[in-house]
Amino acid sequence: MTTESPTILSAAVLDALGEIVGRDNLVYGPEELLVYECDAYTIEKQLPNVVVLPRNTAEVAAVVRLCAEHSLPIIPRGAGTSLSGTVLAVTGGVMIALTRMNRILQIDYRNRRALVEAGCVNAWITQAVKARGLFYAPDPSSQSACTIGGNVATNSGGPHTLKYGVTTNHVLGFEMVLPDGEVCWLGTRPEGGEDVAGFDLRGAFIGCEGMFGVVTRVLVGLSRAPQSFKTMMGVFESVDEASQAVSDIIAAGMVPGAMEMMDQLITQAVEAAYHFGFPLDAGAVLIIELDGLAAGLERQAARVIEICRANGAREVRLAKTEAERLELWKCRKRAFGAIGRLSPNFLTQDGVVPRSKLPEIMRFIRACSERQGLRIPNVFHAGDGNIHPLILYDERDPEQVRRALAAGHEILAKCVELGGSVSGEHGIGVEKIDFMAIQFTAADLAAMQMLRRVFDPGQRCNPHKMFPGSKRCSDFAPKKQAAA
Amino acid sequence: MNTITPPPAFLDPARALACIHCGLCLSSCPTYLETGNENDSPRGRIYLMRALQDGRVALGDTVAHHIDQCLGCRACEAVCPSGVQYGELLEHTREHLEQHFSRSLWQRFLRRWVIEKVFPFPERMELALLPAWLIKGWRLEGLLPQFAREALSLLPAAPAPGRLPEFCPAAEPARARVGFVSGCVMTVLFGPTNEASVRLLNRAGCDVFTPVGQGCCGALYAHSGQLEQARACARHNIAVFERLQLDTIVINAAGCGSTLKEYGALLREDPEWADRARAFSSRVRDLTEVLVAAAPPSASLRSGDPAGARVTYHDACHLAHPQRITKPPRDLVRARAGTNFVELPESDVCCGSAGSYNLTEPAMAARLQRRKIENILKTGAKVVVTTNPGCLLQIRAGLRQAGAMDVEAVHIADYLDRVSG
Repeated sequence: MTTESPTILSAAVLDALGEIVGRDNLVYGPEELLVYECDAYTIEKQLPNVVVLPRNTAEVAAVVRLCAEHSLPIIPRGAGTSLSGTVLAVTGGVMIALTRMNRILQIDYRNRRALVEAGCVNAWITQAVKARGLFYAPDPSSQSACTIGGNVATNSGGPHTLKYGVTTNHVLGFEMVLPDGEVCWLGTRPEGGEDVAGFDLRGAFIGCEGMFGVVTRVLVGLSRAPQSFKTMMGVFESVDEASQAVSDIIAAGMVPGAMEMMDQLITQAVEAAYHFGFPLDAGAVLIIELDGLAAGLERQAARVIEICRANGAREVRLAKTEAERLELWKCRKRAFGAIGRLSPNFLTQDGVVPRSKLPEIMRFIRACSERQGLRIPNVFHAGDGNIHPLILYDERDPEQVRRALAAGHEILAKCVELGGSVSGEHGIGVEKIDFMAIQFTAADLAAMQMLRRVFDPGQRCNPHKMFPGSKRCSDFAPKKQAAA
Repeated sequence: MNTITPPPAFLDPARALACIHCGLCLSSCPTYLETGNENDSPRGRIYLMRALQDGRVALGDTVAHHIDQCLGCRACEAVCPSGVQYGELLEHTREHLEQHFSRSLWQRFLRRWVIEKVFPFPERMELALLPAWLIKGWRLEGLLPQFAREALSLLPAAPAPGRLPEFCPAAEPARARVGFVSGCVMTVLFGPTNEASVRLLNRAGCDVFTPVGQGCCGALYAHSGQLEQARACARHNIAVFERLQLDTIVINAAGCGSTLKEYGALLREDPEWADRARAFSSRVRDLTEVLVAAAPPSASLRSGDPAGARVTYHDACHLAHPQRITKPPRDLVRARAGTNFVELPESDVCCGSAGSYNLTEPAMAARLQRRKIENILKTGAKVVVTTNPGCLLQIRAGLRQAGAMDVEAVHIADYLDRVSG
């Protein structure tokens, strides 16, 4: 199904893989491989030749070494929650799923760090340390399922990025298996000091989308949980007014933990799912969270409410209890999934625009929605201008698929035109390959490729991603299968 | 891959397509936590169901294995943002499997005879268990093959049957007229628990009716894909309880409770019964819901008896996930145990009992049982409270195997009756 000939895996290699991880931990029958043909980006699909489920670093290294000997593509995979096809096996190959390596190995409370295996679920870390007043800050919306290894590979962010930063600001170091099977450690070691001399290869690796090697163990930094929260929900007549409120809050010198916006369509879907009490007729709902020392927070909250009112908010509600606050965040974090109530499929974009351009890009999205005849609800990180238009379509209708892709392209092109970027946090994967050439110059891209070849001269590690000119599944548009 | 002629429609396309493949269900799935294989996850199983329906894969051992391996605990439903009704998809797929897939002789014996012809009938269960009690009594387990020893290890040392009077009046002037579903396994193995449940209801101001004509709720049939038999059970029970003009119908077994609450969905397509089933289901309440509503436990935590044992709570899957009831039982236990109450790590991860699962899938059931017991022992609790007979048998057997003779697993009705009675 691809423009490059698919990978062929001999029975001897399959046996050798079975010897490394145990036959029970190989997935190779056509029925069982099916679910591994895509991640949460379901427009393009391709079966890997085999999925291996290693138990430890030594097994990963042995599998990678074997693949190097036989020049086989490697596709590292965590929970497969990627929204851009980052773990698609474009020309088949050996998929290394780290889902059995999911333990928290050590928690060092004194130095506020934890050593975890790559397949450890993001939210488990905070669960394990919250009794001691700590938390792991990056909180992608999929944090209840996505893995730390995947977070490192895509430099994941989340609603609290505005104040706390993204994965690279909280990962001190990690163990990885290079594409030739060598094991190395980049950045701070579990027993080491925070500052590491020499090149920051750790920083270079984070966000490489699995193209430099396979992460196996990660040393994450833990943060002191804020003493107090003030979480508010502002109800606005329009996205324009809510966007202006966001700009004014930042201009007033405050840095809220998060500022998240939901437009009318997504608010209605979320309300149907969770019954939080969102007003169904509101043009936009803005969730603003202030956190930090209790002293002074009250005054800041009053100021935020004032700014919202000045921008036409008809209501600003303050979460009165911790339970109410968590419920509000549950609604926001699971907003993507609630889309299943509106449409069988969705394509989400992840563009970024300067905060001041939010009203303009939202107007553009509305026009685009009308032009393509597809509904496009929006839920996004307003604080840092990271938009997430959710383009709704039904994959059983080829025409809708074509229009969904067209709408996605138009929106991202507009983001770049407004001075922004094509991806805030979901990564490029296969989905946004074509935009790299718009966003970057040929020289920029050549420099990135040079760095990649330092790690992976054979370009076998998660191949055909990110860079223009990569192979794609030739008929990635509508296939007849409904099983997405 | 070759396309196969698609089988007759067994999945409702709209319900199946509600899954958008986001993957947020993965880490809630006990079998996926154990194997890390996505085919053992909700997203993977839905993918297989849809592929089966669309003729992308054939119905063979591999597909059946992953569908069979599902506990039906429905933890995925509680976390699914799209509201996918996984339990219903599973039951319809299992019905398809039952009709079109041929299993081994032993599996057929377990499913057709033990699970479907014995468990749902208290008298037959007592009779069938007689040799088992004798073997246990004479300590002859060693003579049995491994699988039979495992099945036998789940049984308590002695039967504890109980037949409830048809009417038990409220202790004070009656505020409500409630029906009590006595259950099949509960009647044979947990008679005293049923009696305790009725006492608690009486003290909470309920006149309790336990009609003798009631039968199996149909859960065991529904979970294994025998939907027609499950519907027959539902119709029978609806008719029996309708006659009594009840305010509420109370059940103390989580597994039965979720099926009773879903009679409406089960009989949706039956014009004669649909409305009656909905009316019946709308009256069903778990025992803990009724007790909390009658006397809300105080929010302030009293200090626990310093000499008292630590107490923890295991969420029975069918209470926590399909019924979303996690707070009322905790509030009840916490009100008694005070600061001696400790949370159980992974309290809502299935213990591996899952109705008849520990008989049909003993290997995975044993892995989950070990996981549960390790978590219990980590808490240092000496009392594990839960709300379902299957969980009690599974946890008790696991504690015995681990040599933790000083830890007891008790039904919440017994726990409350003991500390308040």
